[in-house]
Amino acid sequence: MAARIGRRGFLKGAGVAAGTALAVKGAPALAAAPAQEADGVEFTGMLFDATLCVGCRACEAACAEANGNPAPPAEDAVLETRRDTATDAFTVVNRFESPAGAGEPVHVRRQCMHCNQPACASACLVKALEKTKEGAVVYDGDRCMGCRYCMIACPFDVPKYEYESASPYIRKCGFCAGRQQQGLKPACAEVCPTGATLYGKKRELLEIARTRVYGQPGVYAHQIYGEHEVGGTGWLYLLPARPDRLGLPGNLGNTPYPELTSGFLFAVPLVFVLFPSVLYGLDRMTRGAANGEGEEAGHGEE
Amino acid sequence: MARSENAAAVRPVPGQGALGTLKFVLSELRPKGPILTPFNVITGVIIAVGIVLIVIRFAYGLGAVTNLSQSFPWGIWIGFDVVTGVAFAGGAYVLTFAVHILKLKKYEPIVRVTVLNGFLAYVFYAGALLLDLGRPWNVVNPIIGNAFGLSSVLFLVAWHFLLYMICEFLEFSPAVAEWLHWPRARRILEGLTTGAVIFGITLSTLHQSGLGALFLLAPAKIHPLWYSHNIPVMFFVSSIFAGLSMVMVESFFTHRAFRDRIGHELHEGHDAIVLGLAKGAVGALFAYFFVKLIDFVHYGLWAHLASGWGAWYLLEIFGFVVLPTVLFLKAIRSRNAKLVQVTAFLTAFGVILNRLNVSVIAFKWYETPHYYPSWQEIWITLAVISMELWAFRWVVNRMPVFGAAHGHEEKKEADVVRWRAAG
Repeated sequence: MAARIGRRGFLKGAGVAAGTALAVKGAPALAAAPAQEADGVEFTGMLFDATLCVGCRACEAACAEANGNPAPPAEDAVLETRRDTATDAFTVVNRFESPAGAGEPVHVRRQCMHCNQPACASACLVKALEKTKEGAVVYDGDRCMGCRYCMIACPFDVPKYEYESASPYIRKCGFCAGRQQQGLKPACAEVCPTGATLYGKKRELLEIARTRVYGQPGVYAHQIYGEHEVGGTGWLYLLPARPDRLGLPGNLGNTPYPELTSGFLFAVPLVFVLFPSVLYGLDRMTRGAANGEGEEAGHGEE
Repeated sequence: MARSENAAAVRPVPGQGALGTLKFVLSELRPKGPILTPFNVITGVIIAVGIVLIVIRFAYGLGAVTNLSQSFPWGIWIGFDVVTGVAFAGGAYVLTFAVHILKLKKYEPIVRVTVLNGFLAYVFYAGALLLDLGRPWNVVNPIIGNAFGLSSVLFLVAWHFLLYMICEFLEFSPAVAEWLHWPRARRILEGLTTGAVIFGITLSTLHQSGLGALFLLAPAKIHPLWYSHNIPVMFFVSSIFAGLSMVMVESFFTHRAFRDRIGHELHEGHDAIVLGLAKGAVGALFAYFFVKLIDFVHYGLWAHLASGWGAWYLLEIFGFVVLPTVLFLKAIRSRNAKLVQVTAFLTAFGVILNRLNVSVIAFKWYETPHYYPSWQEIWITLAVISMELWAFRWVVNRMPVFGAAHGHEEKKEADVVRWRAAG
């Protein structure tokens, strides 16, 4: 813990924490106090720039190795078909025809987006999925009961389930949380030869992304995918075209998913207080009225 | 099936002490009546094959028997067994409200059978959830509290299932005490009924709506005609007429199958009861239709009507909400109990359609190939239903379930005579 925090050069106190909307709730107020330093930790993130990706799939191989998954297919023929992440492949690169028409094809990675407010974690009833304060959305298989509500909830369809196993787990990218704790980059970012996958503090990555979009308006679609989608994601995408043309869901809106159910959940304690009181009152009211025989005869025949 | 009218009188009475009770329960476990009936053979085969399929499911994983996939993680075991089954169990909280809170004596003869049905529905259909869980041995995790996922609607639903099963068991327990001839336990348990009913109605309100709230987290995946911020309200309101129509459907069958176990009071009052239930269902159907209408206008869904999905939606609303409302009104006006029961079937079918639309059919409507259940999924569902029917029949043939009020008095006299004779 201490080493991890000490390594970070970015924690500059409350000002920084307040400046980023990405820190966990309550962090700005707490970050001033040294004892609460950990709560002021900025989220790490990734910036994927599709215009820099050449489709070498080194990230796939590194990811497989880091997570103990089988090595991805070696032939580039796999780029001909659209692939999805799988229980044994946490990231995949897909090839799309150039949005301009005749130009170079575009390559886009898919993996867990590590949402700021993950739908999967809010759906999980046993906290098997949780967002760490560093930003990774991690999975604890010992808690999981295999209900697959996370899969229903995830707007990016990332969690994958081992349907062929008698003791199945949910499988997905964990942002190499273990490597990050050791001060290493996530495996995919470390091997990326072109800088298409860039690892860093999310605040910094956003600034880089903005600079690129503003500086080269002809190259990028005027959008940083993941800046606002579903309340913001840990992964940011710079794309040369609209996201829905490059295999990413484009209709998600900016509402953080946990807010979709929070209204209902807030109503629960209200119902728990109001219903029994009103029902008890009704019960007492109708006791005498129903038969005029006093309290005892209200229910039952005794 | 059920035997003679005076089954209670012939029935063995438990002997003294724990041993006597044990012997009695063991003797009661034996089947009553002929074993090789067509019903028994058919459901027996369904259950036997179903158990084999369940073994395969646990040995080789969900992929071995279901059509579930990474795109469609929930199929009919959730959409039908749990989501629809629980809606149908809603009759218990509606009727206990009418009988225990509002003291409407008219419905007293059917309250026990409805609570029994509700309880068994939770045990078997919510129990079927265990088949769907990948790691069912961890099902206790949200209960024992090593990790409370308080932000999850499913956490709420899980707790409510458990607590509500306890409530329904308490509501039914006086019948168990009567069966075991434990008059003192019966008095104590009956004293708990009001509390169980109040708590049960509160829990039902929350988890009936909670089952709908589960789907709030899938705004981009459920077709706009079915996704709404009001899904919880819709699920709650529709659980009222789902439950009531199921009570009518159930009475349609039990009046044929258990004719001899039904008290005079229930026989005579049956038509009036069914007509009364229809009135309740009409109220809820009206409310539901207007919630749907408001929603439709609020979300501006006109554009979606001009498609296959639009037609499917209109069929659900007009064929299984508006039409049942009209038919119920017609039946009430002409005091036609038969028409009420036919309409109840229609209403119940509409509820199945709605629940499946939200959870399975209109879920990821844009994705091909779309999920459809495997024969094993359907078979296991039928096996679960068959097991529930067996359990229901076992209880009905042994415990005073029908015409509770009437049955009590008869038996109290019988008990007195028996005790006198024994003394």
